[in-house]
Amino acid sequence: MELLDNLATGFSVALSVNTLILAVIGCFLGTIIGALPGLGPSNGVAILIPITFTLGLDATAALVLLTSVYYGAMYGGRISSILLNIPGDEPALMTTLDGYPMAKQGRAGDALVISGVASFVGAFLATIGLMLLAPYIARLAYKFGPAEYFALYLLAFSTLGGIASNNQAKATMASLIGIGIAMIGQGASGTARFTFGNLHLLDGIDFLVAIVGLFAVAEVFTFIESHGKSSSIGVKLDKVRIPWSDLKDSFGTMIRGSGIGFVAGVLPGAGASLGSFLAYMAEKSWLGSKGRFGTGDPRGVAAPEAGNNAAAGGALVPMLTLGVPGSGTTAVLLALLMTLNITPGPTLFTDRPDVVWGLIATLIIANFVLLAMNVPMVKVFVKILMVPPAILLPGVTMISFVGIYSLTGSYFDLLLMIGFGVMGWLFRKMDIPTVPIILGILLGGNMEDALRRAMTLSDGDPTYLFSSPIAIGLWIFAVAGFLAPLYFRRVIKKPQAITD
Amino acid sequence: MNTKLRALALGAAISVAGTATIAAECIAPANPGGGWDFTCRQIGKILFDIGQVDQPVQVTNMAGGGGGLAFSHVVNERGDDADLIVAASSATTTRLAQNAFAGMTADQVRFVGAIGADPGVIVVAADSPYSSLTDLTDAVKAGEDISFAGGSAAGGFDHLKVLQVMKASGIDDIKAVKYIGVDGGADAVTQTIGGFTTAMTGDMSEIVGFIQSGEVKALAVLTEERVPGFDDIPTAREQGIDVVAVNWRGLYVPKNISDDQFSAWADKLQAVADSDEWKAAMEANGLAPFTKVGGDFQSWVDGVVAQTVELSKEIGVIQ
Repeated sequence: MELLDNLATGFSVALSVNTLILAVIGCFLGTIIGALPGLGPSNGVAILIPITFTLGLDATAALVLLTSVYYGAMYGGRISSILLNIPGDEPALMTTLDGYPMAKQGRAGDALVISGVASFVGAFLATIGLMLLAPYIARLAYKFGPAEYFALYLLAFSTLGGIASNNQAKATMASLIGIGIAMIGQGASGTARFTFGNLHLLDGIDFLVAIVGLFAVAEVFTFIESHGKSSSIGVKLDKVRIPWSDLKDSFGTMIRGSGIGFVAGVLPGAGASLGSFLAYMAEKSWLGSKGRFGTGDPRGVAAPEAGNNAAAGGALVPMLTLGVPGSGTTAVLLALLMTLNITPGPTLFTDRPDVVWGLIATLIIANFVLLAMNVPMVKVFVKILMVPPAILLPGVTMISFVGIYSLTGSYFDLLLMIGFGVMGWLFRKMDIPTVPIILGILLGGNMEDALRRAMTLSDGDPTYLFSSPIAIGLWIFAVAGFLAPLYFRRVIKKPQAITD
Repeated sequence: MNTKLRALALGAAISVAGTATIAAECIAPANPGGGWDFTCRQIGKILFDIGQVDQPVQVTNMAGGGGGLAFSHVVNERGDDADLIVAASSATTTRLAQNAFAGMTADQVRFVGAIGADPGVIVVAADSPYSSLTDLTDAVKAGEDISFAGGSAAGGFDHLKVLQVMKASGIDDIKAVKYIGVDGGADAVTQTIGGFTTAMTGDMSEIVGFIQSGEVKALAVLTEERVPGFDDIPTAREQGIDVVAVNWRGLYVPKNISDDQFSAWADKLQAVADSDEWKAAMEANGLAPFTKVGGDFQSWVDGVVAQTVELSKEIGVIQ
C-alpha cells in the first residue's frame, strides 16, 4: 500500500521528541491565541514566523509548529464565543449564536465539550480528506470561475436573513452595512474608494478590527453603562462532564458540517468563515422546525465548529497542491514555505514527500493533542476567562488593543475599533444583529470581485452568471435558501430564533 | 506607535551625532512572510555575514497602504536617516507612478539598487491552441476574444505587462484585451487552466510548479536573456516583442542623505549581489540575476515610472 508507506514516512518525520514538543507547544499557544479576541490564527501565525527563523528551525519543524498553532487557534476560537459571546476569531463567529445561549442556561461545559468534539471530528475528517483526496480534489478549483464564485457568495448572503429570524429586515440591513464597509479601500478596480485620501484606509478595513470592536469593545461599553449589573459576562462553569446524549444527537450534524466545511475550505476564496457559516445554515434548514437554532441548540455549536475546522484542513489542499492560499492563515503559511525553499504546487507531493507526509502526520498528532487539551483539560483555558468581569473586561480590552495594534502597528485601527465598539453598543440597543455585519465585511469584497471579473470576461453580459451547471446549481440553492425561512415562518407562525 | 518610532528615530539621530555603531534598520513595508520581508531579512543577514555592517541589521515590519505607510514615514520623519534602508519592488514604483500613495512621488526618496528579479512570464493552459506569444498577439489582432488573469489588480504590475506586450506588438487598442485581477499568481493559473481566461501573466516564482508539472505552456519570459534553469522558454524579445518586465527586489533610502552615504549603500548592495550567499538565496527563491545599483538604478527607475505613467493614462487608471 503506497498510502501506508507514505504515512509511515510521515510519522517517521513527525514522531521525534523535538517535533512532538513543538506540536504540543504549538497546540497550546494556538488554543490561547484562538481564545483571545483580537488574536486570530493569521496574525498568530504571522507573529510566530520570525521566531521560527530565530530558532533556526528546519522546514519540517517550522511547519509542525505553525500548523499546530493554526489548528489550535481553530479549536480555541470557540471558547470565548461560548463563554463571553465574543468570537475569539472570525471562524468562531457562528458559534456565538447557540454557544452563548447554552452557557447562559448553565450548559457552558456541555457546549465546550460538544464543540471540542465537533472540532476534532471536522479537523480529523479533513485531514483524512487531505491525505486521500488532495491531488484529485484540487481539480475542483479549476471548475470555479468568476460566475461560480459569485453564485457561491450569493448563496451565503441569501441565507443571511435567516440568522436572526425575528426580524429579517434588520438582519438584511446589517448585512448591507457590512457589504458597504467592505467597499472601502482599493479593491480589484485598483482605484481607491471611500478612503478620503487616507492611506490607512487603502487596504480596506480589517474584519478583525470590526469583530473586536463590535463584540469585545461594545461589551465593555454595555458593562460600564449598567455599572456591571447587566453584563452578560460571567457565565458560571462548575463541572465539565460529557453530555453523551447530546453528542449522539449531534453526530450526524458533525459529519454533515465537516463535509460542507471541507469543500468550502478546498475552494480558494471561500475559507473557514464561509465553511462554518454554510454548515450552520445548512443544518438549520436541514432540521427545520425540529431544531431550536439560536436558542442554545447543541447542534448549533456542533455544526459551525465541525465546519470551520474541516475548512481549515480543506484550505491546506489548494495551498499544497496549487500554491493557492484558501484563507488568510494559509497565505501566511504559504509565504513561510516559499522562504524555506519549498514551492507548493502540483509537483510538491512528488518532489517533497517528506514535507507533505510529515505535515499530514503532524496534523493527525496535533488533532489528538488538541482533543485532549480541549475536552478533558478545557478548564485550564476556561480559568483564564473565568475571572470576575471587573478584571476580565479590562484584560480582554487590553489584549484586544494589543492584538489589533499588532496587525498594522497603527493607532488608526485602534480608533476604528473604538468606533466599531460604539456602533456595536448602539446596535444592541436597537436590537440589530451584528453577526451579518461581520459576514458582509468578510464576504462582500470577494463577492464584488467575482462579479466584476465575470462582467469583464463577458463584456457585461449577465447571462454569463448562469453559464455553467455548477453556477446554476448554486443559484437554485441560493433562491431556496432565501425562500426557506419565509416558508418555515408561515408554517410555524412564530419566530424560531432570537438574536444575541 | 509614534512614541516608539520617535524613540527609534532619536536613537538613529544620536548614532549619527555620536559613534556610528548603532545597527542599521531595514523597513519591510509589509507583514512578515512576504517578498519585502524576504528582501530585508536576506539582504540584512548577508550584509552582516559578509562584514559590510558592524551589527545585525534590525528588520522592522511596517505594513499598510500597500507600502504607502512606510513610504510616508520615511519621507516625513526619516528624511535624512543614513542608517535606514527600505525594501522595494516593482509594486512600489507602479503604485508611486499611479499616485496610489496619496500624492507622494518616486522622487521623494532615492532608489539605491536592485539585486535580483522575479522574471515576468506569460503562460497558457497545456491544451491551449496558442503555442507562441506571437500566436496570442496575432489572435488579438484578428479580433479573437483573448483574456488574461494576473495576480495584481487591474492597472497593477501584471496588467501592465499585458499592455506592454500588446503595445510592443503593434496593437493600437490595448484596452481591447481583457484582464482580470485575482488573488495572486497561483490563483490566476487555476483560472487559466480551468479555461476561464486564455492566458496568465505573473512572476516566474509563483508558477514554477505548474510549468514543471506540464499543466501550463510558458509562451514567453519578459527578460533580456533566457532564465537560467528554464532555458527552453523563449524571451519575448526573441519573438520580436521588445518587452522586459521583471519584478525586481531592491531598496530605497531617504532622499536627504549625502551623496557619499548614498554611494556607500550602493557599494554595500553590490557586495551582497556578488556574494555566494545571495546567489544561493536567489536560487532558492526563484529569482534571476538582475543587478543595477547607484545612479544606474535611479535612472532606470525613472524610466520605468515614466513608462508606467504613460500606460496608466492610456488605460484610464490615472488622469
